[in-house]
Amino acid sequence: MAAGWRLPNIWDAAAFVCVIGALVAVGHVAQGTMVPIDAPGATQITLDPWNLPEYALRTTMRMFAALAASLLFTFTYGTAAAKSRRAALVLVPVLDVLQSVPILGFLTFTVVFFMNLFPGQVLGLELASIFAIFTSQAWNMAFSMYQSLKTVPADLAEASVSFHLSGWQRFWKLEVPFATPGLVWNTMMSMSGGWFFVVASEAVSVGDNTWKLPGIGSYVALALEQKDILAVAWAILAMLVVILAYDQLLFRPLVAWSAKFRFETTAGSTASDPWVLRLMRRTRLMKFIGELVGNAAAYVGGLRLSFRSRPLAETSKQPSRTVDFLWSAFLLVVVALAVWRVVIFASRALVWSDIGEAVGLGLITLVRVVVLMILATLFWVPIGVWLGLRPEWARRAQPIAQFLAAFPANLLFPPFVLFIVYFHLSPDVWLTPLMILGTQWYILFNVVAGAAAFPGDLKEASANFRISGWLWWRKVIIPGIFPYYVTGAITASGGSWNAAIVAEVASWGDTKLQAHGLGAYIADATDKGDMARVVLGVVVMSTFVVLFNRLLWRPMYAYAQRRLTLA
Amino acid sequence: MDAVVDVRPCLIEVTGCRQAYHKEANADLVVLDDVNLTLREGEIVALLGRSGSGKSTLLRIVSGLLKPTSGSVKWRGTQITGPTEGVAMVFQSFALFPWLTVQENVEIGLEARRVPRTEREARAETAIDMIGLGGFENAYPKELSGGMRQRVGLARALVVHPDLLLMDEPFSALDVLTAETLRTDLIDLWMDGKLPVKSVLMVTHNIEEAVLMCDRILVFSSNPGRVANELKVPFPHPRNRLDPDFRQMVDDIYGIMTRRPTASPKAATATPVSPLAMPLQRVGTNIMSGLMETLAAEPYAGRADLPALAASLQYEVDDLLPLGETLQLFRFAVLEEGDILLTDLGRKFVEGDTDERKQIFAEGLRAHVPLVNMIRQVLDERWNHRASAVRFRDELEDHMSADYAADTLRTVIGWGRYAELFAYDEEAEQFSLEDIE
Repeated sequence: MAAGWRLPNIWDAAAFVCVIGALVAVGHVAQGTMVPIDAPGATQITLDPWNLPEYALRTTMRMFAALAASLLFTFTYGTAAAKSRRAALVLVPVLDVLQSVPILGFLTFTVVFFMNLFPGQVLGLELASIFAIFTSQAWNMAFSMYQSLKTVPADLAEASVSFHLSGWQRFWKLEVPFATPGLVWNTMMSMSGGWFFVVASEAVSVGDNTWKLPGIGSYVALALEQKDILAVAWAILAMLVVILAYDQLLFRPLVAWSAKFRFETTAGSTASDPWVLRLMRRTRLMKFIGELVGNAAAYVGGLRLSFRSRPLAETSKQPSRTVDFLWSAFLLVVVALAVWRVVIFASRALVWSDIGEAVGLGLITLVRVVVLMILATLFWVPIGVWLGLRPEWARRAQPIAQFLAAFPANLLFPPFVLFIVYFHLSPDVWLTPLMILGTQWYILFNVVAGAAAFPGDLKEASANFRISGWLWWRKVIIPGIFPYYVTGAITASGGSWNAAIVAEVASWGDTKLQAHGLGAYIADATDKGDMARVVLGVVVMSTFVVLFNRLLWRPMYAYAQRRLTLA
Repeated sequence: MDAVVDVRPCLIEVTGCRQAYHKEANADLVVLDDVNLTLREGEIVALLGRSGSGKSTLLRIVSGLLKPTSGSVKWRGTQITGPTEGVAMVFQSFALFPWLTVQENVEIGLEARRVPRTEREARAETAIDMIGLGGFENAYPKELSGGMRQRVGLARALVVHPDLLLMDEPFSALDVLTAETLRTDLIDLWMDGKLPVKSVLMVTHNIEEAVLMCDRILVFSSNPGRVANELKVPFPHPRNRLDPDFRQMVDDIYGIMTRRPTASPKAATATPVSPLAMPLQRVGTNIMSGLMETLAAEPYAGRADLPALAASLQYEVDDLLPLGETLQLFRFAVLEEGDILLTDLGRKFVEGDTDERKQIFAEGLRAHVPLVNMIRQVLDERWNHRASAVRFRDELEDHMSADYAADTLRTVIGWGRYAELFAYDEEAEQFSLEDIE
């Protein structure tokens, strides 16, 4: 670009300031993680709202550290699962189970583990918090990668082989770009899920010690202890600002950018570019940096790294039976060993009645989840349909619902708790809505999306044949939005199970509210440091979630895909 | 307008119908202008026109799905306010509910009228058998071929015994053979008096289809949509496509549709038309060269009869006319009375090599497409030789609908790139002179 070199413009100056500011902030936060754990201010926080920007920044940095770890995990685990048939035998089901395990219950133990790694340093606590966030983000991203890699178009794969791309080049030139749109979308969803965990994982107590990492989560925890509702409001405000900022600064541009990797050759909807992306494309400095990064990435991706040249595909070649057999035998041994360890561990600390109790409490929580799902469905489906069929409303509602889904609902618990305490309501009933507070939005925005995507010709046909009232709901719109509804409901119900651990127990100052349920059981055991019961509770909960998915949602989803779409 | 008094009862009466979409600041976008239509019992009428001539819009107005901006629509003498009971529609895209079986899809209209179950099933069964769907009752639409799906669409419309059957390009999503079978089946049922309808109104862009099936054809002109011509088809059924009179009528209609709009007095007195008020049709340079080469070669040797050309290329009017008109725009060919003639310039283009062709094309672009000139001028004036496409699209949208503006811009981008008059960066949505000259 010969004419391109001119004096930097005003946007360059603005961008320059932003870059420097970001670097300084990151450096400051990084310093904070290296101090000893008992240094003044390292694990104490104050309720002064002026500290909130720093706390918000610390919390956000944790989010992004976890996101980086999740991406690394995605690229390795997801790729391994997709590339190796034998690895997939293990990796895919493991991922499936991991998705259903409420990691929140294990928080105490991961904290101990990481603190032992870095004795006496804040870094241990930080890593434990980051790990908790990681566990809420990684699985669906890895799944998205796995599914994309499994569906790379055959012609492109053949083309890359025929042009002698090495495995490494093929990965970066074909597979990663192909996976990008799905991955970006899942990353966005993961970020939303992560906020919930970051808030829950910053203030941890192990035995008698309580640590509060500087961050918004700790701030809220302290506000609850000190019964400071104003501080809670400040924290909610700070959170709103943070979510709005990363949504505007990071994800809107990312989603718009990733659209160019979409495989459909037909031009999709051409929404206007988000302002940040425009800024990056228009300012010379940012553009230069972008090109620098892009060129470096292209160089690395273009390296001919490969262990061996790809042999010709031999379709007739059968996979080796012996290796398969050895692999199965090895897996069998591992599973047997695991079972044995679990039995030994459980028999030492648990009796049969413990299992009965946990399952019983699990059933109570199950009832809660089912009732909540039904209520949320009855409430949000009509609203979602109404909004979705009116494009101008749908356009406005969609980002709001997405935003609400991203908002960590546990920040909103305090006002509810206050309400219950004040009116002396039964915690068993009134703590329940908290479980779905953050997850109901998935139902709403999926239904809105479904109704908005309802084909125009079917709308006209139903108007032409004057189908209305209950017949219209039954035969026209409900089947039409059902696949979307199921997608949203799966996310919402899974999230509700997880939320039970924080929602069935709530406190306000010295008042502690506790509902009967598996979530409260796990939270209680965690408080007491009763490892065996935590494990039992988590196992029972995971089992419930897995069964719920397999027996209800999977068949529903399969039915929706089979019967309710024309494709 | 007719001296002979028609005594058959009148079903639909559209008078002074106008459909316009409001645009900010600028003139409304007129889709239909002053359209009158009277439909009586016992006739099949075609609305024939190019895409964008508003014929589908008129069909939706007649069905009550759409309210016209002004004008009145009367159904059996009373003003309609919403979807009419006596009207059933067949859709181009079939519009079957994918989650309902064939039987359930056919029954849905009766169910909406609260017809009791036993009667509903019996009537659906009759319609299904009549339309040749027997045995497919329990199939879901996705298990059926396109032709079978449209049969379901027909059965669903006929089962409610509508007085008026509306068909929106019912056969255009089907392959040639399937479409022909469905047409003849439908006409046979009509002639035998088995169709439980009083009249049929169909939208089509297929001239032969209109002449084959209809008693009356309303030919629409585009921008804005008007009834340009009304023709009676005098032939008795069954009609023979190879009959010379039939061919002559098809030829005549081609002539009507390619006739340059006689400058209406309104346009002549209006303010000078902006260079941007020229919607371009999405015609690629490859297909333009291809048609010119075909025309230059035997058997056409520079002149072709449009219906014959369309038949040999398996093109519909909607494919061929935009192509012909674009060649005419570049002065590569001339359309007259249903024929297309290659000009000397067109011949020169065909004989040229890649660079010469680009040269001729670029000259044509600069001479006859003002938008290209405007873009190039802006680029030449700017210090960085860059210009955002958004501003041109916005200006185009002042003169045409957003869809047309997007199409026009995309066409111009393709032409400009081929002629190497400017470069375009899709991601930044910017025109530039990078790598030019």
